[in-house]
Amino acid sequence: MARLRLAAAVNSALDVALGVDPDVFLLGEDISDPGGGVYNVTKGLSAKYGEHRVRDTPISESAIIGAATGAALAGKRPVAEIMIMDFLGVCLDQLANHAAKLRYMTGGQAHVPLVVRMSAGAGVQFGAQHSELLEAWLIHTPGLKVVMASTPAAAKGLLLSAIFDDDPVVFIEPTPLYFGGIKEEVPDGDVRIPLGQAHIAREGSRITLISYGLHVYTCLAAAEQLSQDGIEAEVIDLRSLVPLDTTTMLTSVAKTRRALVVHEAVGRAGFGAELSSLIHEELFNELIEPVRRVTGPNTPVPFAKKLESAFVPSADTVVAAARKLCGRHSRDPD
Amino acid sequence: MNPGRVAVDQMAEPGGEDLLKMYEIQATVVAADEQFRQRISSGEVSLVYYSPRGQEAISAALGAHLRPEDYLVTTYRGLHDQIAKGIPLPVLVAEYLGRTTGTCGGKGGPMHVTHAASGVMVTTGIVGGGLPIANGLALAAVLDDSPRVTVVCFGDGATNTGAFHEAVNLAAVWDLPVIFMCQNNQYGEHTAIARSMRVATVAERAAAYGIPAMRLDGNDAVAMWDGVGVAVNRARNGGGPTLIDALTYRFHGHILGEDLAYQPADERNAAIAADPVPAYRSRLIGQFGVNAIELAVIDRRVAAEVEEAFTLALAGPEPDISSLHTDVVAEVAL
Repeated sequence: MARLRLAAAVNSALDVALGVDPDVFLLGEDISDPGGGVYNVTKGLSAKYGEHRVRDTPISESAIIGAATGAALAGKRPVAEIMIMDFLGVCLDQLANHAAKLRYMTGGQAHVPLVVRMSAGAGVQFGAQHSELLEAWLIHTPGLKVVMASTPAAAKGLLLSAIFDDDPVVFIEPTPLYFGGIKEEVPDGDVRIPLGQAHIAREGSRITLISYGLHVYTCLAAAEQLSQDGIEAEVIDLRSLVPLDTTTMLTSVAKTRRALVVHEAVGRAGFGAELSSLIHEELFNELIEPVRRVTGPNTPVPFAKKLESAFVPSADTVVAAARKLCGRHSRDPD
Repeated sequence: MNPGRVAVDQMAEPGGEDLLKMYEIQATVVAADEQFRQRISSGEVSLVYYSPRGQEAISAALGAHLRPEDYLVTTYRGLHDQIAKGIPLPVLVAEYLGRTTGTCGGKGGPMHVTHAASGVMVTTGIVGGGLPIANGLALAAVLDDSPRVTVVCFGDGATNTGAFHEAVNLAAVWDLPVIFMCQNNQYGEHTAIARSMRVATVAERAAAYGIPAMRLDGNDAVAMWDGVGVAVNRARNGGGPTLIDALTYRFHGHILGEDLAYQPADERNAAIAADPVPAYRSRLIGQFGVNAIELAVIDRRVAAEVEEAFTLALAGPEPDISSLHTDVVAEVAL
C-alpha cells in the first residue's frame, strides 16, 4: 500500500502487468527512460524491463495502433500509448476499422487483447487539439471497451483488468489528475477491479449524479454543497462506459427518482444522451423530473483560462442543475 | 510494359517441386476466379467481387516460399493470396458466399477473410490498412525470437496512404521481419498510377525509409520466386524488411462489372494477351522440360477441386440470425 497520484498508480499497474506476464509490452511516443513519457507515467519501466518491452515509437499513431493490433492478434498483450486523445484523429482507422472489428469479422477466430491508454480533458490550457474528450466516438464503435479512470486506486485496478481482458480496451486518463489530483492509498501487487462495475462514490437519497473520470470529483464537491441545503445526492462513478453497469445506475435512480448526468465532452450526441435515454426507457414512470445533463458546450475547447473554465462543468453548475431538479414538484413525495 | 527488373544480381531458379506448386496455385486461382465471375454474371450468387485475375504469379511465388506458420495480410483483392497461403477451398469459397461453413462463419465475406490456421490473419477492405498490422504480427515474432515472417500485400494505391509511410518507417526503425508486397497493378481504383504519384516507381519510395527494395516483373512467376526468396530469407535471418514492387495488371478492373472506360482498351487487351498463367505453362514445358501431361493432370484435379468447393459452399447454410450478436466482444454481448 502506498499513497499515489494517478500517474504513479498507472505506472504501478503497468509495472505489475509487465512483471506477471512476459506477453505484456508497452509502445508509444517518448515512453522510455529517462523521461518515461511526457507525463512520466512510464518512468522507470524501460530501465526495469528493457527497451524491447517498453518501446519508443516514431510520431506515427497509425503505426502504433497497427503494431499493437498485429501483436495482439499474434498472442501478445500490448499496451499502446496515444499521448493525447485528440490524436485519435490520426489513427482511428486502425482502432475502429481494424482492432474493434476483427473479432467479429473473423467469426471469433481473432481476438485483440489490446489496451490503448490516452490522456484527455481540458483544464490545463492545452487548447482545442490537446484537450477534448472523445469517448462518444469510441462508445459508438462496437467491439471496443471504454474505461475512464477517476481515483488512483480505481485506475490501477481497472487498468490491470483492461490489460488482461481479451478485447481492445481504450483506457482514458484525465489529464488534470496528472498535475493536481488527489493522492490515495493504492494496493500493491496485482489487485484488479472488474470492468463493467460502477462504483457508488457517495450515497444519497434525493438525486443521483452520474459521471465518470475527472467529473466524479466535480459531482462529489457539488454533493457536499447540496448537502448543506439538505439535499443528499448519490454520486455514481461509472468507471467503465463499455461495458456499462446499468444495474447500479438504474437501481440508484429508481431510489432517488431524479438523475443528472455530468460529463465534460460536448453534450450533443454525447454519452449523456445515451444514459438519459436508457434511464427514461426503464424508469419513465418512476421519475419525478426528466433526466438532465450538465456537459461541455457544443464548441471546441478554448485556450484562455476564463473561457476554458466556462467550458468545463463545475461544481457550481452541477449544484444549480441539481437544485432545479430537486425543486418542489407535483410528483414530489411529501 | 517494361518492368525494368533490378536489384537481384544473380537470379536463382526454382526447383521442380516449387515450379509445379506455383503452377498449381495459379491454375487454382484461374479456375476459382472463373467460377466466381460466371456465377456472379449469371446471377446465381451475389457478392461484390474484386478479381485478382492477372496477378496470380505474385501469389504463386509467395505460396512457394512461405511456411504454414508464416503470416499473411492481404486486401479485398485477395483470392489469389488466400489460395496461395493454403486456405482450404471449400471454407474459402463458403466465406465469399457468406455461409456459416466459411472461414469466418459468413461474418467477414470476401473483403474480410481470416483463416488463422493457414496464417491468413487479416484481409482488409481499407486501402493501406493492413500494413501497420503486419508490423505487429512481425513484432510478435521478434519478441518471441521466432523465425516466422509476415508478408503484407497491397496495391500501388496503398502507397499513397499515410499508413504505408508510417508502417514502412516503423518496420525499418525496428528491423521487423516483414515483406511489403506491392502488387502494382497500375491503378488505384479507377485512377492510373501516373496520376497518383510523381515518382516513377513504388520501389524508390523505400529509399526514403532506408530499406531495400526490388522492382520485379510481377507477371513472371520465376522472377517473383527469386525475389521473394531473397526477401523472405532476409526477413527470416534478421535482415529486416523489404519492399517489393511487383508490376502486374488486373484484367477485370477494380470491381467486377464496373465500367472500364477509365482504362485504355488496348492497354487491357495487351495485358490479357500476355496472360501470365498460360505464358508460365508454356515456359514450364519449353524451358523447364515439364511434361504437358503432368500439367493437364493438375488442371483436371484443380478444376474438380474448385467445382467441389463451390458445390460444398453452396450447400452450406446461411448463418443463423442468432449469430448477429456473437463475436462482438469476448462476452456474448455488452
